[in-house]
Amino acid sequence: MSNLTQPSTNDNTEKLLEVKGLKTYFFPSKNKVAKAVDDVSFTIHKGETVALVGESGSGKSVTSLSIMQLIPSPPGEIIEGSIKLEGKELLTLTTKEMNNVRGKDIGMIFQEPMTSLDPVFTIGSQLIESIRKHKKTSKKEAHNIGVNLLKMVGFSRAEEMMKEYPHQLSGGMRQRVMIAIAMACEPKLLIADEPTTALDVTIQAQILDVMKDMKEKFGSSVLLITHDMGVVAEVADRVLVMYGGQIVEEAPMRKIFKETKHPYTKGLLASIPDIDKDVDRLDAIAGTVPPAHAFPDGCRFRDRCPFAMDICKRENPELLELEDGHYVRCHLYEGGHDDA
Amino acid sequence: MPEERETLVEVCRLKKYFPVRGGVLKRPTGYVKAVDDVSFSVYKGETLGIVGESGSGKSTMARTLLRLIEPTEGNILFDGEDLVGMTKSELRAARKNMQMVFQDPFSSLNPRFKVSKIIEEPLVAQGNFSKAERREKVVSLLKKVGLGADALDKFPHEFSGGQRQRIGIARALAMNPKFIIGDEPVSALDVSVQAQVLNLMKDLQDEFGLTYLFIAHDLSVVKHISDRVGVMYLGRLVEIGPKKAIYEEPLHPYTRALLSAVPSTNVDAKRERIVLKGEPPNPANPPTGCPFHTRCPLAHERCMVERPELVDQGNGHYVACHLYE
Repeated sequence: MSNLTQPSTNDNTEKLLEVKGLKTYFFPSKNKVAKAVDDVSFTIHKGETVALVGESGSGKSVTSLSIMQLIPSPPGEIIEGSIKLEGKELLTLTTKEMNNVRGKDIGMIFQEPMTSLDPVFTIGSQLIESIRKHKKTSKKEAHNIGVNLLKMVGFSRAEEMMKEYPHQLSGGMRQRVMIAIAMACEPKLLIADEPTTALDVTIQAQILDVMKDMKEKFGSSVLLITHDMGVVAEVADRVLVMYGGQIVEEAPMRKIFKETKHPYTKGLLASIPDIDKDVDRLDAIAGTVPPAHAFPDGCRFRDRCPFAMDICKRENPELLELEDGHYVRCHLYEGGHDDA
Repeated sequence: MPEERETLVEVCRLKKYFPVRGGVLKRPTGYVKAVDDVSFSVYKGETLGIVGESGSGKSTMARTLLRLIEPTEGNILFDGEDLVGMTKSELRAARKNMQMVFQDPFSSLNPRFKVSKIIEEPLVAQGNFSKAERREKVVSLLKKVGLGADALDKFPHEFSGGQRQRIGIARALAMNPKFIIGDEPVSALDVSVQAQVLNLMKDLQDEFGLTYLFIAHDLSVVKHISDRVGVMYLGRLVEIGPKKAIYEEPLHPYTRALLSAVPSTNVDAKRERIVLKGEPPNPANPPTGCPFHTRCPLAHERCMVERPELVDQGNGHYVACHLYE
């Protein structure tokens, strides 16, 4: 990427992660292409929590796996684009270099903590391993750091926990252990993929609190992947809404809820029953998310959009900036566009 | 609501204990009290929502209601008749009136049956219809749930999650039941599809005068669909009442914490959140006294020894907590 594409240097210093024109396609069979992520660009600033929202099949998880370069290949492949962490291009790194970035610069927590913890090792040995992998410390020191981390995520009996195995813990406890492991090397970016989806609400509240705490302590940025708009309202600074492998709306958190622009975002919000509101009937979006190998031509949402026009069939709209920091991909907002 | 209402289902002191076996002789060494002394009524035409976290016993309770799992103790009166103690054939006849819609639309439909056969099966079991009648009925059921006749000859894998849940609902409707239990019927669906299915369930309720017992862990969904709501914790019903009372003036400390933990999309109404410490206790080894006292911010000595009973607070709002006795 040339320097031309970079705006003022002032804001450049604040940028942590810059994704540009990312395309991750899957080739499940010879003649099939699933454009799971298709031309996605966004930036995460230092200390910021960005939520990536969408339904299943929207491409949100593939986006996060692309950043970590954990796309199973074949059938998946990052076709194009650039992913820069503090100005350093990640896509051209060797496997070894990328291994260093993972865990050290970028931590990750997943939806199902049981599958991401190794059942045959104690919590302590897994914590110590990840600390020592990226930090030169003695076992003893790493142990102490580990105990401290467990205390930070809210375990009072941290010392004993170090000797316990994952199966001895409940789902919420495992997720807190995962956060401790992810934060062990004080990553610059924490990617949390549906971190609370498998958990009960009271436990979800605990986890969200822990994540907020850790973020403040370590000054990390967070990329939160979720389908839960309630969680978004709770923790996000900025929101990216994905549909059909593309970002369709991007705005600061309050604007997404208060000045919703894209018909899909509007539909999404209207279809969620809210605990603070009473509605007799939900405004459901008709139809379902199309599979990634069968997106319609033109705008990918047009089949389900109540405002679809002629032009929507022909042209996929660009992601345009409406006002400061509020972007939308929809022909309705293309002022000055000649509808011919 | 003060007006007299007809009761469809009355559950009295229902218990379901699962033995935990151990030792060489596999003798019971203890019991998981999945459902522990639960009583409530479901009125005709209403939706009673049951909320609770995982392990609260809500699904076991639902299955026990239909005697898909045999209750350990208690009575289940359906239209005045006790299901407990019925013979197999009596139960079979009674079950015509009650159906269940399950959470996972992927495993609750036989993958080797075509949709026509899946929906038709209960009609075949009943045995009063000719082939042509059954076909006609299946088509009309599909239409009711928003699917076309082209679905008839397809297999479940050809449908999306939301469509499968519609098929599950059509199957439940085939017997013209009075009572439908939905066990997390929309939890596995994406939000846009979830809204479609919730709307469908409401429409069908109006059209057929159905009574629902709607079980879910999502408090916003339950609020949306229910008339009354019951809250379960560790196998017990700790609070039950009209929706408005439960959501606007929750009494039980657990209900309050639960509601305060739900993230709201209303960015202007940030509520005070009560974060509960710790995890729900193991149901095989529940605390003595009030099951919630180990996590309750307001627990006092009495809570550790004496178990609170559901007490009427007026307007059909019941709570099991020593604070309100």
